[in-house]
Amino acid sequence: MSLLEIRNLKVEFDTAKGPFKALDGVDYTVDAGEVLAIVGESGSGKSVAMLATMGLLPNTATITADKMEFEGLDLRTLSAKERRRVIGKDISMIFQEPIASLNPCFTVGFQLSETLKTHMGMKGRQARDRVVEILTSVGIPNPAERLSAFPHQMSGGQCQRVMIAMAISCAPKLLIADEPTTALDVTIQKQILDLLVQLQQDSGMGLIMITHDMGVVAETADRVIVQYKGRKMEEADVLSLFENPKNPYTRALLSALPENATGKRLPTVSDFAEAGGF
Amino acid sequence: MTNTSPAVKADQTKLQAESRNATKAQFLEFWYYFSQNKGAVIGLVIFSLLVLMALFAPLVAPHSPDFQYRDSFLVPPFWEEGGKAAFLLGTDAVGRDILSRLIFGARFSLFIGVVVVTIALVGGVVIGLVAGYMRGMTDTLIMRVMDIILAFPSLLLALVLVAILGPGLINAMIAIAIVLQPHFVRLTRAAVLSERTRDYVVAAKVAGAGHMRLMFKTILPNCLAPLIVQATLSFSNAILDAAALGFLGMGAQPPTPEWGTMLAEAREFILRAWWVVTFPGIAILVTVLAINLVGDGLRDALDPKLKRS
Amino acid sequence: MADDVILKVRDLYRTYDIKGGMFKKASTLTAVKGVNLDVERGTTLAVVGESGCGKSTLARMLTMIDAQTSGMIEIDGLSIDISKTGISKEMRQKVQIVFQNPYGSLNPRQKIGHVLEEPLLLNTDMPSAERRDLALQMLEKVGLQPEHYGRYPHMFSGGQRQRIAIARAIMMKPKLLVLDEPVSALDLSVQAQILNLLADLQEEMGLTYVFISHDLSVVRYIADKVMVMYFGEVVEYGTRDEVFENPQHDYTKTLFAATPRADVASIRKRLAAKAA
Repeated sequence: MSLLEIRNLKVEFDTAKGPFKALDGVDYTVDAGEVLAIVGESGSGKSVAMLATMGLLPNTATITADKMEFEGLDLRTLSAKERRRVIGKDISMIFQEPIASLNPCFTVGFQLSETLKTHMGMKGRQARDRVVEILTSVGIPNPAERLSAFPHQMSGGQCQRVMIAMAISCAPKLLIADEPTTALDVTIQKQILDLLVQLQQDSGMGLIMITHDMGVVAETADRVIVQYKGRKMEEADVLSLFENPKNPYTRALLSALPENATGKRLPTVSDFAEAGGF
Repeated sequence: MTNTSPAVKADQTKLQAESRNATKAQFLEFWYYFSQNKGAVIGLVIFSLLVLMALFAPLVAPHSPDFQYRDSFLVPPFWEEGGKAAFLLGTDAVGRDILSRLIFGARFSLFIGVVVVTIALVGGVVIGLVAGYMRGMTDTLIMRVMDIILAFPSLLLALVLVAILGPGLINAMIAIAIVLQPHFVRLTRAAVLSERTRDYVVAAKVAGAGHMRLMFKTILPNCLAPLIVQATLSFSNAILDAAALGFLGMGAQPPTPEWGTMLAEAREFILRAWWVVTFPGIAILVTVLAINLVGDGLRDALDPKLKRS
Repeated sequence: MADDVILKVRDLYRTYDIKGGMFKKASTLTAVKGVNLDVERGTTLAVVGESGCGKSTLARMLTMIDAQTSGMIEIDGLSIDISKTGISKEMRQKVQIVFQNPYGSLNPRQKIGHVLEEPLLLNTDMPSAERRDLALQMLEKVGLQPEHYGRYPHMFSGGQRQRIAIARAIMMKPKLLVLDEPVSALDLSVQAQILNLLADLQEEMGLTYVFISHDLSVVRYIADKVMVMYFGEVVEYGTRDEVFENPQHDYTKTLFAATPRADVASIRKRLAAKAA
């Protein structure tokens, strides 16, 4: 059985200009121990899908799906209370802006132990020890001292490590990373990606990487879903996607990478849109 | 460099139409968000009615606001026992029709609101803009002065100012404007501080814009949204404060049919004739509420725009 | 060509004073330490580095937003030291800037036409009809439609806005254009379009670019010369091929190693390592 299975997911937003279809019938499946990358440009609906799964979309969104199951549990019919029990514990998420995702008023240690107390029922000393343990595992130097640090006292890369620590603190079965390295420098990005992949391999959890960066996909994914304007363009394992892209949009994206440039000009998506028609 | 293509030259009128469309779209979007807030629309309707009533007061009012009907002192509203159909909301202690006085009173209240907000807004925006743009000593000096003004209870300060200037509607308005001004200064300054480091301001600077242009043409239009909201809320505040000053005998002087002054005159009849105090009170309440609702709607309509761009 | 140096920078420093507080001593932070560079007319110098390395400070000095603390900047034979001489209209016409974030760099309350005309309005005494013609031409040149002239910035996508920002920068026909991460906020396909546009404009107008970026694949594509900065210092400076084939400094090597590789061979290698 798949860890997460979603069939025919549709999301619509009410806006000033009438309803806007953010997602139009997309399927997702993730197995345990698998890294799925959802790649697309802005407006492709790549984040919306996972936010819908987590129940984090605003009220203006209408979500419909034929099937939306996490470990056989139907996410569509969950009450808010039941949902909270699953989310944050079995499914957790990290976001693009690490510094903004942490509460600036509380210390890192407090925020981490809060999660443990809520979901794992740990208390005082026990929670503290576990927090130090987790911070060590995400590669924060001097974790015991770092407990009393506030988010603004740490760098972006360190904040993202703390976010990852918070996300994995309850040993989730599925981790969703929404553009986890976009706001970070290249050298830090490398460290964070390595950390995520290593944690995923050690714990055997499912990992969904939402990204716009083909480089990140190539470095982390097992399987890739390419999205464009709310629809799935292509789904393939990472090697065949890069080696032999089937869909014209995927081909366009790959050839727009500057490192793949052959001539003086870069081919653009519109060149392919006219020829390939998608 | 290509020469101007003839197609571009021929399309002058089309361009202007496009430009108007863009302005119109801007307004329609604003209206969409505003109209989502039902309370705001109701407030706007009531406020518009008030404005119309004030404008056409001589036509709408059944009687002259100052004429004393010697045979009808303290006549109750028409549905009460002893009421007369000629005086729908009754008369006061000297036989003046309350409804007519309220209708004419709307003129004063709206006039007070407009004048006070204009003075406070213009002064506050200029001072706030200078403080936020210049920073340094100028900023510190201006903000400390504003802090001092804010440290006084607003009505007390207005009272002191009126006591110095002498009682009367105009002086009361000046006093209230001075009391409200620091709010505009702080708001403008805060908005300017967050805008002045944005890239578009730097870009205008690189393009060669001077200080005046940067302040008034580049930065100010982008700070207007919170100011408009504050202006509507201050409008109702001004009406309330003016009524309070009138009630205390420091604002408009009798026989002016100003709502607060009407309340003050009727004080001694509270127990005998409830209508002389109730209706001016309700008039103030409804007006202030309507304007606050509009302000609320404006905030809804203007805020998301700030976030988006 | 080799002697036709349009931008010459010698021993450039920029320091910031950090004010002392009740518990802190005042100190100075050196954002740019002794930078030297030469850029030939019509070529592109890429400045690479991570956040806080001083590359944006350098851009701000080159575009006369901030003054240098010491050192010399010479653009097209004109010496720039705004703390001493101020900025003249002549200086402004030499150099312009394009910012990273196309959502922040356009005034939300200003129609596109006015955005484009502003530099002309402020620096020339061109009549308004002529200004409008020029703005319309420029819109066409950067791949937009004349009907965009009267619209507001929020009606455009990120890529279109960046085109507008580029159009504004070249309205005065500058010699040198400083591009501060012009494509890093854009989608991949839009990035390709903007890079193409920049290449076209460079050819057509003989522009010289100082291209600031953290993205090595973009730099490799667009640059003639590359400069790598690290904590305010230049650690590597040379032609593109020199730097990419044979990096000298450790930091440059780390940077190259960290850049994700999207070629099939690297993916194969990674998957093999994972399976093992």
